[in-house]
Amino acid sequence: MLRAHALTVPGRLHGVDVALQRGRITAIVGPNGAGKSTLLSSLAGLTTGDVTLDDRALAAMAGRDRAQTIGFLPQGGDVAWNLSVATLVRLGRLPHRSTRATDDRAVAAALSDMALDALAARPVGTLSGGERARALLARVLAGEPGWVLADEPLANLDLAHARALLRHFRRLADAGKGVALVMHDLAQAMNHADHVVVLDKGRVAASGAPETTLDPALVARVWGIEAHWLGDHGARALACP
Amino acid sequence: MAPRWWIMLGVLLLLALPLSLLAGQVWIDPFGPPVPGAVPILVELRAPRAALALVIGGGLGAAGAAMQGFLRNPLADPGLFGIAPLAALGAVLSFYTGAAIQEWALPGFALVGAGLAMALLVLIAGRATDGGIGRGITLFTLAGMMIASLAGALTSLVISLSPNPFALSEIVTWLMGALENRSWHDVALAAPPTLIGMVLLMRAGPSLDALSLGDAAARSLGVEPARLQALMVLGVGLVVGAGVAVAGIVGFVGLIVPHLVRPLTDHRPGSLIGPSAIAGALLVLIADSACRLLPLTGGELRLGIALSVLGAPFFLMLLLRLRRDLA
Repeated sequence: MLRAHALTVPGRLHGVDVALQRGRITAIVGPNGAGKSTLLSSLAGLTTGDVTLDDRALAAMAGRDRAQTIGFLPQGGDVAWNLSVATLVRLGRLPHRSTRATDDRAVAAALSDMALDALAARPVGTLSGGERARALLARVLAGEPGWVLADEPLANLDLAHARALLRHFRRLADAGKGVALVMHDLAQAMNHADHVVVLDKGRVAASGAPETTLDPALVARVWGIEAHWLGDHGARALACP
Repeated sequence: MAPRWWIMLGVLLLLALPLSLLAGQVWIDPFGPPVPGAVPILVELRAPRAALALVIGGGLGAAGAAMQGFLRNPLADPGLFGIAPLAALGAVLSFYTGAAIQEWALPGFALVGAGLAMALLVLIAGRATDGGIGRGITLFTLAGMMIASLAGALTSLVISLSPNPFALSEIVTWLMGALENRSWHDVALAAPPTLIGMVLLMRAGPSLDALSLGDAAARSLGVEPARLQALMVLGVGLVVGAGVAVAGIVGFVGLIVPHLVRPLTDHRPGSLIGPSAIAGALLVLIADSACRLLPLTGGELRLGIALSVLGAPFFLMLLLRLRRDLA
């Protein structure tokens, strides 16, 4: 379990308690500036704060051990040099002291999971937005982490690519990994997450199963819009007149 | 880098090295009639000079590759930390005070200057890593520019106050950077710190690779900002300080070489450091040999000038390509 205990980051988060479980997808949602990215990077161990992984303080773990366990995909994801896709993905192996053969295997698996085999030699600069998002996620997967924390991995993706990526996150969760995603699309959170954490002004406004948590009253309170849910369980859409 | 490129760089180096030993005002033809004084010319003049070219070029090439990786910017070079200008100020002070008569004083003063620059950098920007690598890098660059401009101004001040025309001409000539009349002493002085610095920079390689993905991703991959910063300051400081101490300011090598080599590698900063060291050594060796061969009245062309003359158009080409990419 990955937990934040009364996590406070000055100016960003105020006493946030969150518990992420293995084997399920947790969506972190909230308006702009609510502290979603700060929470996710804190859970990845990048800020000072009381976060524990299976009752062990992240701050007390060696950077390399933490990096082997928690894979983090930051927002945006610019790449400074025009690396090839395969080279980019291999960077995910940096925390591991493994043999070249093990690295090769992990990189090949990550490439094929993200359907990037044919693009392995392509420079990152020539990729489309969707291909780039997949390549960046493949970098995280190549590290074979037990936890995958991704900050808006679905931003700038068309419907088909977003759905493919969500399916992959589901497969990761089914394989026993913990998955946490910052998202803006409440319908995606409603349909694809097992657990949702709603942040507002640096505090947890609500948390629980999406069906019971993301009710119209909460949406009105946190986002300030009148909206209601359409459709059936698992295929909901948010209607905002 | 693919093995064939390593082999190519190695072969070029093996070809250039003997040629640089034979070339000069006195040509030594190994197959021709014996040249009077050939042995002292080779052993006492040309061999240490070639060794120094390799050491300084290799160090600057490696430092340039590491700096570009650290700042995530292809226009960065080792001079950005302000270490070279402060080392130069130290050397200039040794002329000004007349201490340069002692053989140890000039490099000693320069190394003290380099050490001072490193200490200042760490004092000003060292603790900024709390906010992540990115903020630390911005502060580092700004602190380096501040140190460089201050050192530049103080150097001008010392020149303007210089006690006699002798000191003045010594200072000005020395600032241009050269490998003329260097001895094995200079090699012994510059080689160890340069090699240690290069090892430190190589050790920073994996962290620089991770930094390609940005600050947050690098830290999530286990990069420790304070360690990376320490490796960079010490590595660049030792290489640049040692270089300035024995050869004066040799510019543009650290900027040009990584660009020439990058297309041969997989573009990771870490994979660029070794090849850049070899290519840097090759470039300085060739440039220095060319300086010796150019017919110039009143002495040799200074290495620092030759490299800058070579470097400026190259820089322009880079900018034009950048502009085309942006368009």
